[in-house]
Amino acid sequence: MAEVRVLVGTKKGAFILTSGGARREWSVDGPHFGGWEVMHVQGSRADPDRLYASQWTDWHGQVVQRSRDGGRSWEAVGNAFRYEGDPGTHQWYDGTPHPWEFKRVWHLQPSPHDPETVFAGVEDAALFRSTDGGSTWAELSGLRQHSTGNRWMPGAGGLCLHTILLDPERPGRMYVAISAAGAFRSDDGGDSWRVATGGLSSEFLPKPEAAVGHCIHKLAMHPSRPDTVFMQKHWDVCRSDDAGETWTEVSGNLPSDFGFPIAVHPHEPETIYVVPILSDTEHYPPEGKLRVYRSRTGGGNWEALTRGLPQRNCFHNVLRDALATDAMDPSGLYVGTTGGAVYASADEGDTWSPIVEHLPRVLSVEVQTLP
Amino acid sequence: MSTVRVRLPPHLERLAEVRGEVQVQVSDTPTVAEVLGGLEAAHPVLEGTIRQRDTAERRALIRLFACGRDLSHDAPGAPLPPEVASGSEPLQVVGAIAGG
Repeated sequence: MAEVRVLVGTKKGAFILTSGGARREWSVDGPHFGGWEVMHVQGSRADPDRLYASQWTDWHGQVVQRSRDGGRSWEAVGNAFRYEGDPGTHQWYDGTPHPWEFKRVWHLQPSPHDPETVFAGVEDAALFRSTDGGSTWAELSGLRQHSTGNRWMPGAGGLCLHTILLDPERPGRMYVAISAAGAFRSDDGGDSWRVATGGLSSEFLPKPEAAVGHCIHKLAMHPSRPDTVFMQKHWDVCRSDDAGETWTEVSGNLPSDFGFPIAVHPHEPETIYVVPILSDTEHYPPEGKLRVYRSRTGGGNWEALTRGLPQRNCFHNVLRDALATDAMDPSGLYVGTTGGAVYASADEGDTWSPIVEHLPRVLSVEVQTLP
Repeated sequence: MSTVRVRLPPHLERLAEVRGEVQVQVSDTPTVAEVLGGLEAAHPVLEGTIRQRDTAERRALIRLFACGRDLSHDAPGAPLPPEVASGSEPLQVVGAIAGG
């Protein structure tokens, strides 16, 4: 009997939600690391009992946790994230040079093949890798040392590397996204990187079509079509069918093309989901209605998914890592809100119900489908 | 050698899996740097959570109190008050009032 495990990071701890394959009855376990900001909890596809979590506070900085038993017990592992060499400067908000300073880990991405190998996307933006289960970390410094690196500028949330996509078919190919630097692709395991922003336009930039400076909020990819990448940008939902070389806007009939997360259906590579919010200054859903939008055409044509989601007076956001799918059939969909609710759909988004409604602000949601 | 008592904030008590005060073996004239070094050696999970790993600077939102005094801005190599060195008073590691 299959089981679904939902890994929730919140402003004040981590929670693990589990259910059988029917996804009707849920148990809620937590908080783990109570009081700490848990940016992300992620499981290994190679060993589903292997989990990694990023916990952080302003007081005590970064701690990385590892579980070998599906989250029942945890051990703190390495938290030494050292930039390689003299990291130099990037741009500060006012355009002045600012020293590169490690602050925290936004995103953890285990290798699909090896539970001991895990990538970490950090603030200030850099990519680290551990090959010993998180005990030690080494920077893949070719990214930060990209020729544009000294021009990267933070978004409102900091200069954060928040997305890591690993191409399952082509060893060495990966994508990362950084707010507000843009998207980058490596074809050699992270040694060298190329800008992957062709065709993007961001009106807040002095030159809207500039190669870097785009505030990309999230990327998503279906493993069967790794050359197709979907993007929720600061404004605009976009797709690329040539591995990030060129992008086309597919916002279509969305009520707003501003938002943070984007996800791909696990079994339908052209079915994608976004959660629009009103604007860059109004981080809540249009009309006070929390609506997930689904496109079965890879963008362009969108339908609102509303049944079971709050449709009155809802002014919560869904952050960039807080939308996820399971791999059941029919597929499940999960959103976590800044109001502390986690909603689940067991029918591809057609109907929803809350799993929990009163957690701390939800920062991230990941889902494991267990045999 | 003497024993210094260290009181940790709740976040670090849970992280280090300790309850109440932690005892750290130090020299007869201990300093903040020596106490924190001994604390980290006994509980490596605390490395980086009170002071920066590479520079050993106190983290910005950490304060160090003892005997009713704020020692946060004392030099890390300055001797601790005799009451702390003798173990009659604890060294308190405190998270600054920073909201949350």
